[in-house]
Amino acid sequence: MFQAFLLKYAEVGVKGKNRYVFEDALVRNVKKHLEKISGEFDVSKINGRVFVQCANYDYEETVEELKKVFGVVGICPVRVLDSMDHDDVVKAAVEFIGENYPDKNFSFKVETRRANKSYPIPSMTMDADAGEAILMAYPETHVDVHNPEVRLHIEVRETVFMYSKTIKGCGGMPLGTNGRALLLLSGGIDSPVAGYMVSRRGVELDAVYFNAPPYTSERAKQKVMDLARQISKWTGPIHLHIINFTDIQLYIYEKCPHDELTIIMRRYMMRIAEHIARQNDLLGLITGESIGQVASQTMKSLFCTDEACNIPVYRPLIGFDKQDIIDLSEKLGTYETSILPYEDCCTIFVAKHPVTKPNLNIIKKSETKLDEKIDELFKTAIETDEVVLIGNEER
Amino acid sequence: MECYLDNSATTRVLPEAVELMNKIFLEDYGNPSSLHNKGFDAEKYIRSARDSFADFLKCGKNDIIFTSGGTESNNTAIIGAAIHYGSRGHHMITTRIEHAAVSAPMKFLESRGWQIDYLDVDSTGRVSLDQLKELLREDTVLVSVMHVNNEIGTIQPIAEIGELIHSTAPDCLFHVDDIQGFGKLPLIPSKLHIDLLSASSHKIHGPKGVGLLYVSPRTHISPIIFGGGHQNGMRSGTENVPGVAGFAYAASEMYKHMEENQKHFKELHDYFVSEVTKLDDVTVNGSAEFGAPYIISLTVKNVRAEVLLHALEEKEIYVSAGSACSSNKPAVSATLKAIDVPRFALDSTVRLSFSAHTTKEELEYTLDTLKELVPTLRKFTRK
Repeated sequence: MFQAFLLKYAEVGVKGKNRYVFEDALVRNVKKHLEKISGEFDVSKINGRVFVQCANYDYEETVEELKKVFGVVGICPVRVLDSMDHDDVVKAAVEFIGENYPDKNFSFKVETRRANKSYPIPSMTMDADAGEAILMAYPETHVDVHNPEVRLHIEVRETVFMYSKTIKGCGGMPLGTNGRALLLLSGGIDSPVAGYMVSRRGVELDAVYFNAPPYTSERAKQKVMDLARQISKWTGPIHLHIINFTDIQLYIYEKCPHDELTIIMRRYMMRIAEHIARQNDLLGLITGESIGQVASQTMKSLFCTDEACNIPVYRPLIGFDKQDIIDLSEKLGTYETSILPYEDCCTIFVAKHPVTKPNLNIIKKSETKLDEKIDELFKTAIETDEVVLIGNEER
Repeated sequence: MECYLDNSATTRVLPEAVELMNKIFLEDYGNPSSLHNKGFDAEKYIRSARDSFADFLKCGKNDIIFTSGGTESNNTAIIGAAIHYGSRGHHMITTRIEHAAVSAPMKFLESRGWQIDYLDVDSTGRVSLDQLKELLREDTVLVSVMHVNNEIGTIQPIAEIGELIHSTAPDCLFHVDDIQGFGKLPLIPSKLHIDLLSASSHKIHGPKGVGLLYVSPRTHISPIIFGGGHQNGMRSGTENVPGVAGFAYAASEMYKHMEENQKHFKELHDYFVSEVTKLDDVTVNGSAEFGAPYIISLTVKNVRAEVLLHALEEKEIYVSAGSACSSNKPAVSATLKAIDVPRFALDSTVRLSFSAHTTKEELEYTLDTLKELVPTLRKFTRK
């Protein structure tokens, strides 16, 4: 039985004078996450770690939730002792090993840390006494002080606590320490993963979805909202901007060469996204592009798409293979939703053979054919912006 | 104006049926199997429903099994017959245009070693009696043919098929999936040599989650759901009392107004078809002669069905896509393929289906909307 968790963080610890900013954010985020589940939790900062005391809680559920807090590298389930008496501590150490390791054939080491210097027994003595008691109780075990398989930590503070296991956290940086960015969310497999990757570095998300009724359906829109909801379990609430893109798309279809449709369309998506970003103080765009995956993601296509906007575009999946992205999306629980067969705005008019090596000058020349109405359509599209706050209901 | 033209998918429940069900939910909520009066009060609804259906189908009241809907009725008929008559043979015959609730259990039997033959259909969607005659064998356990096709509305020659089976393979059972015909086009099973007949409540303004299977006295199918032995052991599980009562009420309304409804459907159908075919490159599938007038399968050339459906939905007109076909997951309609429509039609066909409450004004509005939308949608197609 565990009564608390120690949360370890890595990079947060090396941020010099700003360290408290990151630590405070982490404590805040851990609290927010734990509000979603049942139990009583007390979250505090101690010595480069976050300490979570728990009561009336479910162990599995709590661990799962803590695994979703960006910035947490390791989660150690902690046993908090009722007594500080030397003999009780030694007895508890034996029990702890007995309960947590059914197979006793391992090497171990006891590491005592005496933060409370008024405690009368020195660390070394405690190490030796607890180690001896464990060896006596479980003769299959043996001690290895250099490379033990199990490190039993005993920490002496106002109370004594004990832990030995570290569950891997999701790592990254605490949310809210690195501004906000705008994710282009299409409904495919890649974009939710891209959003997660950037957000994991402490970046909060807005998202934009280009809706093209009647060519895309309400179910396609619902799908995108479901994807946003799923990643918001890690990234926190997401403002989803829904833009009606139909008229721009049809206008490009009417005026420009068909094999350039996708690339020109994507350039307009980037422009609209940039506009939304600037209006909402978002510091960059995030896309799920990966080099060469489809025609619109060749180096030449990316060169053309990128040129359309003047804001940093983050493409965290750029060097990933498709299978790697799929593996990640399965971990995030977005894969099943992503593969639902609803049309998205990128596929409806796609040419059988879109250009794979677009020439920027030619693309720009094609775009001049849109001069007559495009500014007006751009403005109208921006005005359709419908903002839905997703993932807030659980907070 | 909201125009719900998807009544073959499901219908609005009659308010009176809802009222009746509400009373059962809140007052007469007993379990028909309970010994006390509260249970007996509930049982009375089931008895009375049984009497009504026996009257509509001109059959004994114990010939009816209440189920959870059309799909369960079809599964019970096919799998139940396969289990009981498996010692007689392992052969069944069905058509290429059945609903999945028939074709999927057939596929399942195929995977278990049964031989299933599929009747072809002509361009109007009708099966051929000659082919059926050829395929019928001494060991054929069951023939399953739908009454009204759900996609194009074709009515099969049920009487002739029943007669043919009766005269050439009298031991063979005849199952009719009547989910799209029940309450609209009458069938009397005993007169047509039908042994098993499936019907559903929510296609005729009753609630969802309830249906029935008629089983002729000579037929002994095995149950496929086991438990407390309800309904003579044929379908265990506490009866859906409100559902059954709502279904019976809806059916009685359908039977009461059957003649005027048929006239109404015919008028709507003839008006709509004559007007809509004035549009360029718009055609109606199936046949006027052998078709149910409340189902219209419309092919609009060079417009993708899904796009048309969503464009109509923006105008509050609700239809269904004859074949759900998207770039991500091509799923081509077996029915449209079987009647051999041109390739483009597979992707450009929508279905409109009427109810007794559909009005001519709604169809006028739909026609006006189509006239406006179709040329615009045709401008933008995938090249």
